[in-house]
Amino acid sequence: MLDALYALSQSRLGPVWGPAVYEVVTSLVFIVAILVPLMGLMAYLTLWERKLIGWIQIRIGPNRVTFFGIPWLGGLAQPVADGIKLLFKEVIFPANANKALFVLAPMLALMPAIAAWAVIPFAPDLVLSDINAGLLYVMALTSVGVYGVIIAGWASNSKYAFLGAMRSAAQMVSYELAMGFALVVVLMVSGSLNLTDIVNGQGKGWFASMGLNFLSWNWLPLAPMLLVYFISGIAETNRAPFDVVEGESEIVAGHMVEYSGMAFSLFFLAEYINMLLIATLTVIMFFGGWQAPISSPVFDAVPPILWLLAKIFVVVSMFLWIRATFPRYRYDQIMRLGWKVFIPLTLVWIVVIGAWMQTPWSLWK
Amino acid sequence: MVNFETVVFYVFAAILLGSALRVITARNPVHAALYLVLAFFTAAAIWLLLRAEFLAITLVLVYVGAVMVLFLFVVMMLDINLERMREGFWRTLPLGLAVGILMAFEMAVVLYDRWQGLARAPKVPAADYSNTKELGRLIYTEYAYAFELAAVILLVAIIAAIALTLRRRKDSRSQDPSEQVKARRADRVRLVSMPADKDG
Repeated sequence: MLDALYALSQSRLGPVWGPAVYEVVTSLVFIVAILVPLMGLMAYLTLWERKLIGWIQIRIGPNRVTFFGIPWLGGLAQPVADGIKLLFKEVIFPANANKALFVLAPMLALMPAIAAWAVIPFAPDLVLSDINAGLLYVMALTSVGVYGVIIAGWASNSKYAFLGAMRSAAQMVSYELAMGFALVVVLMVSGSLNLTDIVNGQGKGWFASMGLNFLSWNWLPLAPMLLVYFISGIAETNRAPFDVVEGESEIVAGHMVEYSGMAFSLFFLAEYINMLLIATLTVIMFFGGWQAPISSPVFDAVPPILWLLAKIFVVVSMFLWIRATFPRYRYDQIMRLGWKVFIPLTLVWIVVIGAWMQTPWSLWK
Repeated sequence: MVNFETVVFYVFAAILLGSALRVITARNPVHAALYLVLAFFTAAAIWLLLRAEFLAITLVLVYVGAVMVLFLFVVMMLDINLERMREGFWRTLPLGLAVGILMAFEMAVVLYDRWQGLARAPKVPAADYSNTKELGRLIYTEYAYAFELAAVILLVAIIAAIALTLRRRKDSRSQDPSEQVKARRADRVRLVSMPADKDG
């Protein structure tokens, strides 16, 4: 069908503009095809978070709002109700706020979070843009997300918001380094920046040839990097226990304190989409992406994208579990953990893995 | 001939020039810094058009993702008096112009011979060609010494920057985490056995 479309656009618009229009139109369609399920996932992630944390804390969680009064769907319509509520609330501008930047900030928070999904491979050959430097692209975009927070804090003309912005600027830049170094190790062992190649590289090796794929994935030989990456990911998305950026007991809600209605919900969207993104990247880098854990006829019959989704679900639930379990870190301890523990650890591990790869016992040939 | 890439190039070039102009004309320093961010982003997009993907993405990663964040951080913290900043404009203009013209001249000397116009864009590389790999190969083979020299200079600069600014204030208090971890109950609490007060 795509070939027919290509031929049609070429015959109607000529050899120069035909391919260009074709590219733009098909890209837009694919983008919508990724975005719509992503938004749905994000909405139900908020419900899952409230339910799971409720159960962990021996509460029930949201169980009232239902579709069309059907009683056993209690709670399932909660995200829809929340969305409608936020849509109809007024966006209030604080006095002396910088209006243009105040409006721009939530968009700047959301855009990189969404744009990073362009290079995520959901299954073999199911990727919007299979670029060579995919890993680099994801790192660049996640590093840009901090602007939304900083600009929101500055444009709000509020001390709480500004303090949140300062904290986030320091925290996110620090943890990006550790995260980047952890990914450098993954890049070293896979020899490619392309995310599809990174996943495919994990399906090879001694264990994989015996059918035990899950022991060939990167999490086993790179376990310390998985830990660093996962914890840095929590810090990078400003989730508890590293949520001093919002710190509701100290600075009310940090950069979001002056936002209401849809402007607020854009920050919310960005946070949850970033969480999904970090979980997806963890799965792709360390848990073999779409690959089945054991190669057996039953497991191989499951569509690869379902494996990916199942793994993302487990990792995201870890995020929520951690939030329900740990008290908030003190700010100086966060900085200490990032700079004095993680960065030296990753630097040493780069050398260790580099040396390991040069020995005859290298796992990655 | 006008094709899609040329249109994209001119759009990005216009945005780049406009934002670069706003960097120096914006009254608010935070706005100026944000326009600089836009300029970096657009420059990265133009590099992508030249198929220099590694350089383009690294520009975003390093300059937009880290350097400009710290820049904004500092600019937002400073108490900037706009009136006083604009005072010296006419006095420093000749010096600024002289430096600018000299820089333009130097770049012209380097680039004039190689200027080929827009028509000769780089050829489309083969599908398995990796910009990053090629760059890595060149840096670690042909230009290994220059690269290592640059790395050493950067390392010296990092250490010097830290050494120059590292100052331990006498009145600042901080905890030592290893001390905290090592603390035992016996260090902090002393249980005293006292007879109960009969009259109380």
